[in-house]
Amino acid sequence: MQNLYAIYRKEMGHYFVSPVAYVFIGLFLFLSGLFFNVILTDVTNGAMMAEMRGMSSGIDVPGIVMRNFFGVLSTLILFLTPILTMGIYAEERKRGTMELLMTSPVTEIEIVLGKFLASLSLFAIMLLPTASYLTFMVLHSDPMLPWRMMLAGYAGVLLLGGSLLALGSFLSSLTENQLIAAVMTFAASLFIWVLDLGRNGSAGLGSVLQYLSVIRHYEDFTRGVIDTSSLIYYLSFIALFVFLTVRSVDSMRWRRA
Amino acid sequence: MIEVQDLTKSYGTVIAVDHVSFTVNKGEILGFLGPNGAGKTTTMRILTSYMPATSGTARVAGFDVFNNSMEVRRHIGYLPETPPVYPDMTVETYLDFVARIKNVPAERRADRVSDALRKTSLEDKRTELIKRLSRGYKQRVGLAQALVHDPDVIILDEPTVGLDPKQIIEVRNLIKALAGNHTIILSTHILPEVSMTCDRVVIINKGKIAAVDTPQNLTSQLKGGQKIRIEVQAPERGLRELLGQISGTSRLTVEAPRADGHLSATVEAAQGNDIRSQIAARVVEKGWPLYELHGVSLSLEEIFLELTTDDAAHAQPSN
Repeated sequence: MQNLYAIYRKEMGHYFVSPVAYVFIGLFLFLSGLFFNVILTDVTNGAMMAEMRGMSSGIDVPGIVMRNFFGVLSTLILFLTPILTMGIYAEERKRGTMELLMTSPVTEIEIVLGKFLASLSLFAIMLLPTASYLTFMVLHSDPMLPWRMMLAGYAGVLLLGGSLLALGSFLSSLTENQLIAAVMTFAASLFIWVLDLGRNGSAGLGSVLQYLSVIRHYEDFTRGVIDTSSLIYYLSFIALFVFLTVRSVDSMRWRRA
Repeated sequence: MIEVQDLTKSYGTVIAVDHVSFTVNKGEILGFLGPNGAGKTTTMRILTSYMPATSGTARVAGFDVFNNSMEVRRHIGYLPETPPVYPDMTVETYLDFVARIKNVPAERRADRVSDALRKTSLEDKRTELIKRLSRGYKQRVGLAQALVHDPDVIILDEPTVGLDPKQIIEVRNLIKALAGNHTIILSTHILPEVSMTCDRVVIINKGKIAAVDTPQNLTSQLKGGQKIRIEVQAPERGLRELLGQISGTSRLTVEAPRADGHLSATVEAAQGNDIRSQIAARVVEKGWPLYELHGVSLSLEEIFLELTTDDAAHAQPSN
């Protein structure tokens, strides 16, 4: 446990001492803020137009904004997590510091979990300011939007992000080259993303692919629903890739040079 | 303190370390001498339990490197060929991190870090970012890292490589100062380094141990042959004849004459028989202008030849 904390602490220090965290968070907040603004303006204008034409008066503006915003967040995550995870092992391998970790009395599980939890923490810290937009909106909505919409949405973002971080860490452990790690992570994330396209196919394979898509399960969360099967899906996804990373780190001992 | 028995490591068909056995006593400095690719780093990596051996056993501080790897890692400080440092950390936070993962208890950590900084003369670089340090300082940080948890055994892979002469002397002195309290293995491909710092030397070549001895014995053994280089303006035939007449010479080689008519030749003579004066006298007798005459110390490659080729090769007639 102490070892895990030491690794976690080192990783967090690395993020915040180097420009990594600041560039990363800054970029994310700029984009998410921009999209939030665009979505809010669009949806409000649309609702006003509809009302002026006397078509309807019951448009759930805050609900639509929130769902769309979480949709945008998931897309941003797809692009940003590869940048966050690319160096996680690739850089340590290249610098030779992996040899230090692996000749210290630290187990592979402690190394992998410490690093994973640190990346997840940075991810959560990055998300935190965006909650202020939504909180502000919820407080000013009438009738007030239920809080569970927002909380479920963030639970979904964290699980989705955690899955992609676990995947990215694993891919980073396979190479010494950060660029390769980033590209592979992006490609793999995109692949499990678009598995959802199998939706239109009939029963059988189509529904299996649909179940395996990371984004399919995310949609439940953005509607304010926490489905146990989705929860289990994400947690097993993360567990699988953490396990694979442990095996991959262990295998470095058996490779030449 | 360290016992290695029949250690073998193969990568597929390539055998990197081939049935290596040796022991290191407590407080001793053992030098690992060999050319690049001889298996030095692989042996060290097995000892630090970074990688498992294919067969054979190694025990460090009484613990088996494979079955009791965590205990071994607690008792070992290891400096790989490139210092395993994080450029974005300061020297002090880095050493604190290493102390943590080496399981130094919290209450002793600050003391241990200060001690390591003092031993490596890094006190004034304490708050410096590692990426701003020069090569020599990074190497010292690497050394500080290897001794921050006060390990029984310190393993150093080419600790002086890439340093300037002044830094090399400093690092050697530091290593000598560490012996006694710590058992040290260091690898190098520089012969004088071994004779200056080590109590005992293991010469390793192509994964096999070629010799284990004290540097003194090894050097005197290697001085068995004396090699002399001569540059003279003379006819080639005459020179060969002259050098051949001196008793106890072998392995005569004459280089092709240069444009100015100078001939360079090397010849070996048996131990305890300084033939330089004889050569000089005879050359002068012939009235040939003598430009150069000096003893050549054997290079590492020649020592390996000496140690790894059998006597039959020695007996080959010189050209």
